Amino acid sequence: MDATLGRGMPTSTRHEHGLRLDVSKQLGTFTLDVDLALPTHGVSAFFGASGSGKTSLLRLIAGLDRPDKGIIQIGERCLVDTSRSHFLPPHRRRVGVVFQEARLFPHYRVRGNLTYGMPASARLRFDPIVDLLGIGDLLDRMPGMLSGGEARRVSIGRALLTDPELLLMDEPLTGLDGPRKQELLRYILSLTRDLEIPIVYISHDPKEISAIADHLVLIDNGTIAASDSLDRVLNRIDLTAQVGGFDAASVLDTRVASHDREYALTHLDLGDDQTLVVPHIEAQVGARCRVRVPVRDVALALSETAQSSYRNHLDAVIKQVGTLQDNPTSIELLLCVGGHHLRARLTRKSYDELGLRQGMPVKALIRCVAFDMRH
Amino acid sequence: MLTPAEWEAILLSMKIGISAVVWILPPGIAIAWLLARHEFRGKALLDGLVHLPLVLPPVVVGYLLLVTMGRQGWLGRWLHDLFGIGLPFTWQGAAVASGVMAFPLLVRAIRLSLEAVDPKLEAAASTLGAGRWRIFVTITLPLAIPGLLTGTLLAFARALSEFGATITFASNIPGETRNLPLALYTLIQSPGREAAAARLCLLAIIIAMLSLLASEWLARHARHRLRERDA
Repeated sequence: MDATLGRGMPTSTRHEHGLRLDVSKQLGTFTLDVDLALPTHGVSAFFGASGSGKTSLLRLIAGLDRPDKGIIQIGERCLVDTSRSHFLPPHRRRVGVVFQEARLFPHYRVRGNLTYGMPASARLRFDPIVDLLGIGDLLDRMPGMLSGGEARRVSIGRALLTDPELLLMDEPLTGLDGPRKQELLRYILSLTRDLEIPIVYISHDPKEISAIADHLVLIDNGTIAASDSLDRVLNRIDLTAQVGGFDAASVLDTRVASHDREYALTHLDLGDDQTLVVPHIEAQVGARCRVRVPVRDVALALSETAQSSYRNHLDAVIKQVGTLQDNPTSIELLLCVGGHHLRARLTRKSYDELGLRQGMPVKALIRCVAFDMRH
Repeated sequence: MLTPAEWEAILLSMKIGISAVVWILPPGIAIAWLLARHEFRGKALLDGLVHLPLVLPPVVVGYLLLVTMGRQGWLGRWLHDLFGIGLPFTWQGAAVASGVMAFPLLVRAIRLSLEAVDPKLEAAASTLGAGRWRIFVTITLPLAIPGLLTGTLLAFARALSEFGATITFASNIPGETRNLPLALYTLIQSPGREAAAARLCLLAIIIAMLSLLASEWLARHARHRLRERDA
């Protein structure tokens, strides 16, 4: 289980649209055919296996490729409309792109890279963005002298300083080692809190997506398999294979309720007087905290088991039951816990022996040690 | 150390060589960029035309220049009527002839170095709001500088040693179009000037070597500055 500080779903669902695209493009034998509308705020993640078309889609949005047919809009602004041969070139789209490889200009210093696309109107934002990304000490270096994580941060800053209306990030954590990845993820998370523009974040890592996304777009073989808020997509049993299969997980947006200093534990508020106990998290009471609970870390019991090493015994109701095509052993459950949804995976045999059914109240058991922020 | 006649030949060669490179550099960069970054109909033809002086006998090039840019040529008459410029039998004519002969070398070197510039960096620049021209001036060209310098010096060395096209188009006029190779040729034609010819021959070798070394050094230096300024 992973906990991420400071993330939370937007409280209201917005119906106005940020990015809207309805495009098709033939790439050799691969067909990209996408009809999609994204929220105006927060992080929308494009998630799918490599080769599913995520990056091709990003190139269409950035203007680096032309669709064969279709339209792309940001709000009311039309970027592409093939029906009237309208194509806005990339440099006039105001779409910032953070590429997988940082793509810094090797002949400019960090400062020169950062200011390359900066309009005069964004000058006041230079210092805050440099501070936010922690790159103040690097300004006079050449890109060749930066570490992988530093280079990515500079490239994020460079894209933000163009004052974009939309930020695209193409797997910005790829190729970084564990600690660097965590560090950059923290920077990106703090960024998403401060930014007012929508972000499209591409990744094939379910953990990354769970930590960062508000809205999840599942891309499968060039088409959209699902597009909805993160928890709603993750909780769809029929999409288990696409959202991680064996490693599928639920995401809970909670708040820190209290700390147990003696045992180094933190209590998270789940609503309805239920709390989730996790290893100590360095955060103030009341702070938002997102936890990721893998489906296979949740066990069920029919009644309160007095003595057990499971730290969390939560009151739950079975909301939905489903099976996976390729897995005859297991059964997938969706539970209501407090104001949240939680997924669990049991063997079919346990399910039958316990006599479980949809609508039944149960105890959800979650081992406390399952919560580990350091992975 | 050097006789006045030798100085004259060297300085004239330099003047012609530098002018030749200066006039072919802008079209050379433009054509190299077209060939490196664009697909269009007739690309193979353009590529062939650019390389023609490399494989044609220089006399043919000189003759073609005479036919087009001579007093009776269509381009020559136009130049003469509009600007009062007459190219044949002048050092400017020699520069034109040398430039045409050096053009393929220049385009080849620049094209290779432009092709070596990562198009991903250009794409990144476009997403940062840079249009084509700004991308070319701020990204592509600076990153191609090592190849540009090598190409320029190579073209310069080639222009210095131009003989066939020059003598055909601009003739062999002392102090006007008699560059180092022409001076050498004149000496060889005159009986009893073997020693003087040998001296010029040695000079030609030294100058050629120097420009090759300079081009190597410049290219390495430029690469170094581009990538590891702080290393």
